[in-house]
Amino acid sequence: VGHGSGGELSQRLISELIRPHFDNPWLRQAHDSATLCPGSERIVFTTDSFVVSPLFFPGGDIGELAVYGTVNDLAMSGAVPRFLSCSLILEEGLPMQTLDRALASMGRAARDTGVQLVTGDTKVVERGKGDGLYINTAGIGVLEHSEVIAPERIAPGDLILLSGDIGRHGMAVMATREGLEFESPLRSDCAPLAEPVLALLNAGITVHCLRDLTRGGLATALVELAESAGRELVVEEAAIPVSEPVQGACELLGLDPLYVANEGRFIAFVPADRAVEALAILQGTAVAADSRVIGSASTGHRPRVIMRNTIGSERLLDRLPGEQLPRIC
Amino acid sequence: MTTERLRIEIGGLVQGVGFRPFVYRLANDCGLHGWVANDSRGVQLEVQGSPSGIREFMHRLTRESPARARITSLGSKPAPVKPAKGFSIRTSRGGEAAAAILLPDLAPCDECLREMADPANRRFRYPFINCTQCGPRFSIVSKLPYDRANTTMAGYVLCPECRQEYTDPLDRRFHAEPIACPVCGPRLMLRDTRGNRLATGDEALQRAADAVRDGGILALKGVGGFQLLVDAASSPSIERLRRRKRRPEKPFAVLYSDIGLVERECHVSPLERTLLCGAERPIVLLARRTGSEAGVAGNVAPGNPNLGVMLPGSPLHQLLMSMLQRPAVCTSGNLSGEPLCSDDTDAITRLGGIADIFLTHDRRISNSLDDSVVREVDGGPLLLRRARGYVPAPVELPPEAPAVDLVAVGADLKNCPAIARGRRVFLAQHIGDLDNRRGLDAFEQTIARLRESSASPDDKLVCDLHPGYVSRRWVLKQGARATGVQHHVAHFFSCMAEHGYSGPALGICWDGTGFGSDGTLRGSEFLQWDGASTVKHICCLREFPLPGGEAAIREPRRQAAALLFALPDGQGALREFLQSNFSAQEGRNLSRILGKEELAPRCSSGGRLFDAVAALLGLCQVTSFEGQAAMAVEHAAQGSASGRCYPFALTAGANGRVLDWSPMVNALLEDQRRGITTGERAAAFHNTLARMMLAVAEAAGIDNVFLSGGVFQNRRLAETTSALLRGRGFMVHSHRLVPPNDGGIALGQIYYTRCMERCGSDAAEGRSVCV
Ligand SMILES: [Fe+3]
Ligand SMILES: [Mg+2]
Ligand SMILES: [Zn+2]
Ligand SMILES: [Zn+2]
Repeated sequence: VGHGSGGELSQRLISELIRPHFDNPWLRQAHDSATLCPGSERIVFTTDSFVVSPLFFPGGDIGELAVYGTVNDLAMSGAVPRFLSCSLILEEGLPMQTLDRALASMGRAARDTGVQLVTGDTKVVERGKGDGLYINTAGIGVLEHSEVIAPERIAPGDLILLSGDIGRHGMAVMATREGLEFESPLRSDCAPLAEPVLALLNAGITVHCLRDLTRGGLATALVELAESAGRELVVEEAAIPVSEPVQGACELLGLDPLYVANEGRFIAFVPADRAVEALAILQGTAVAADSRVIGSASTGHRPRVIMRNTIGSERLLDRLPGEQLPRIC
Repeated sequence: MTTERLRIEIGGLVQGVGFRPFVYRLANDCGLHGWVANDSRGVQLEVQGSPSGIREFMHRLTRESPARARITSLGSKPAPVKPAKGFSIRTSRGGEAAAAILLPDLAPCDECLREMADPANRRFRYPFINCTQCGPRFSIVSKLPYDRANTTMAGYVLCPECRQEYTDPLDRRFHAEPIACPVCGPRLMLRDTRGNRLATGDEALQRAADAVRDGGILALKGVGGFQLLVDAASSPSIERLRRRKRRPEKPFAVLYSDIGLVERECHVSPLERTLLCGAERPIVLLARRTGSEAGVAGNVAPGNPNLGVMLPGSPLHQLLMSMLQRPAVCTSGNLSGEPLCSDDTDAITRLGGIADIFLTHDRRISNSLDDSVVREVDGGPLLLRRARGYVPAPVELPPEAPAVDLVAVGADLKNCPAIARGRRVFLAQHIGDLDNRRGLDAFEQTIARLRESSASPDDKLVCDLHPGYVSRRWVLKQGARATGVQHHVAHFFSCMAEHGYSGPALGICWDGTGFGSDGTLRGSEFLQWDGASTVKHICCLREFPLPGGEAAIREPRRQAAALLFALPDGQGALREFLQSNFSAQEGRNLSRILGKEELAPRCSSGGRLFDAVAALLGLCQVTSFEGQAAMAVEHAAQGSASGRCYPFALTAGANGRVLDWSPMVNALLEDQRRGITTGERAAAFHNTLARMMLAVAEAAGIDNVFLSGGVFQNRRLAETTSALLRGRGFMVHSHRLVPPNDGGIALGQIYYTRCMERCGSDAAEGRSVCV
């Protein structure tokens, strides 16, 4: 299970077991989606599978996730999402209304984000061999700009913008699954991110890199980027918003919100001189209204992520080695 | 008359202790010619003269050597006779692997203190006075051999008078490497929080003392780094320091000007007196006298019957304290868990928000190190933090272990790496926690320093098995050969190494949480070592859940709930406990996660049992610093001499025996209903743990028992257990100069690896090769 947590084990699974079988220049881009140039048009292609328990949770469901997850990966290349495929793996005995509810939600999500679902497939597995419903989607988007958005472009001095509070998706799903209750309800942040990204690009903002925060949370995304870019990143703890119910749930479960999954948050690396403008544009969109600057790429050459707290103490963020285990002795 | 010449090589603690002048005087006394020099291995010398003169020389060489010297090896062989030219002291050469032992930093000697207090002396009130018997050593050395040129004193050109003392073999400052005076040596400086220079010399000192007296927070550049000082009697000042340092409750240590004042505040045993006044000048944990809290405000060590006390460790501290004329809180100049600041720029940046004023000087600190902490336990010293005054003295391993070159990285908290060269293990100074950038930087620098002092291309790296340890991940990134040693096996072997022991033994290793070879969280292991090749886990506490992992450690009340949850028929007690210590919603949430292993992993931890009991006794529900709950239980027991003991069961489990605590918890709850005092229940809890340990020792039937792990920082438990075991004929060995907590882990990692190399075994408990 640790292999799916988005931490160190996932990383090793990909780099040691999977990637060697399919090595090619596009795969080596090691980004959320691959950019291909079949003709004069640059298109972007990605795929993702969705496994979540429960299928429906406050703030979203598996259908929305399956659309937004793939759309968001396309958006992180700065592409306009266009087409989607959809494969359903159904467990025998899944109630028809449940499937219908999930598909209706998928349809709504596709319409809202302007993608066309153009192909698909359905398989049924025996009872007990699936968690009700798994969905795989693949997506194609088109790049309408010439900007290269990739980790290598992160430059010293770039500011890191975060699009909103973190940890809501992971904690909402977990609270629902475990039957936990909190003063104010926990809702997933599940949302499409193409709009704020395209708003930035259409305004002519130079964007060096984008990354949506999914499994492994903000910390893992930062560590991965620091490593791919070969740069030191410094973030301010106080600038990273965490809602009260997320904080409470994390305290109860002993989790660090920095490592908790999100489904509607991203970070953007923008040159400092365009950051004020970029921030204003993001804040003008509904899903990124709470955007803020959380840190910057430093001049340091050690690929690592430093989180500074208000009294100047500096913590190093690393990938999670599987689960979070206590070290206090 | 025949003439002979002898070449002599001496190893051990022979540099920086006035050894060469001693040899010079002795050679002259015996009418011999020749020379003496320091080298990277120790002292080399040649003597030439009559056979009887040489005999006398050899006889007196070991007998009359300087007080601080410790000779560990002495070799001699005949050499060709040369023209006689008198006896000389030669300047040192560097060269091959440095095996000479360097001295730790030493508190001012009586002679220097007398000079400093004498208005006629040219070093009257000079805060950097020192001689061959005292002063900074390890903290100012940048490389070996120990010569002025290799210390941070290199830049100070000696004035004629100092030069005279330094070069006169009959002067007590002959080759005192840090020699200095007001004319040529380091100077004091007072700075504000922006680094502006406010005053120098005596005026700086005077104004710093005034600032403390007026309630200010002074950052003082001490021997190994900055310290923060405030008036120990002023609770508002202490409150301010607590707020700024974000340290709401953790006790502070207090610096006194002399032992007489300490004795008015605390009980001081003869051993504690020796520890307080020794050249190491550690913080000594003392029991406070009841009702005499005049000089020390209540918020220095809230609710704590003990007080950490220290006497001045340098002439600067001595001067400041005698001007201040009152005890001062003295705490590390760092942010919680980080290494301390050691240079001005760093201190002003990092401590600028905490201190009001900086008393500093221009002598650079090369190796920064914290104050050591020691406590009397079971009639001997027990180091809780090993740093200034103790580092870099090595630990000598038993001779039979093969001498593989090793670097052990220790654990992640209270980190302290170590290096093994031959039979000697050099433990670094206490570094702190590795979860912060500065801690990790200090860790890397310290390892680099350890290795450059005696380079070896074949270093094998040793680390813990915990997959989340930064230290382990660091090792795996190095790409060198690496071995992992299970946490409690390392504790066990650390204690055996300290005693130079290698035979069959029982290790009782109780602590917070260590990662077990099977992936479970342990902290109450009984380990059996056959003296040859195998360590076996033979017993631990019955498991209970750790709800929310690390979060549970900050909330003893959760641990108590977990214990009641795991208690057979504990539902009623659990419900009651949840109701009185949690909100309804918190209680419901907690009940939901208690039974789920992925949210509440099982553990068998002695430290967590202490936490649970602290909460059950109503002593501590939520903590603000590590070890707080366990300390509260120990303190509660301190007032009770009760010998009562609760029942427990020793049963068979899947992996050895299991100590079942449930009868004890039931009895504890029953006592509560009967209104037995907290103190008596806390005492009975300690007594029960000691009985548990005895029961397992008797079942194992091994004579030599080693006690290790952070739980044995608890004096009550350590002493009760030792007495009980000794009473039944066991030989009990406790830590002395290596901490029982994770600060001692690296030594155990080294010794265990050496023992495994010796037997070529890889099947033992705790062995796991890193992949
Ligand atoms: Fe430990
Ligand atoms: Mg994806
Ligand atoms: Zn002296
Ligand atoms: Zn001088």
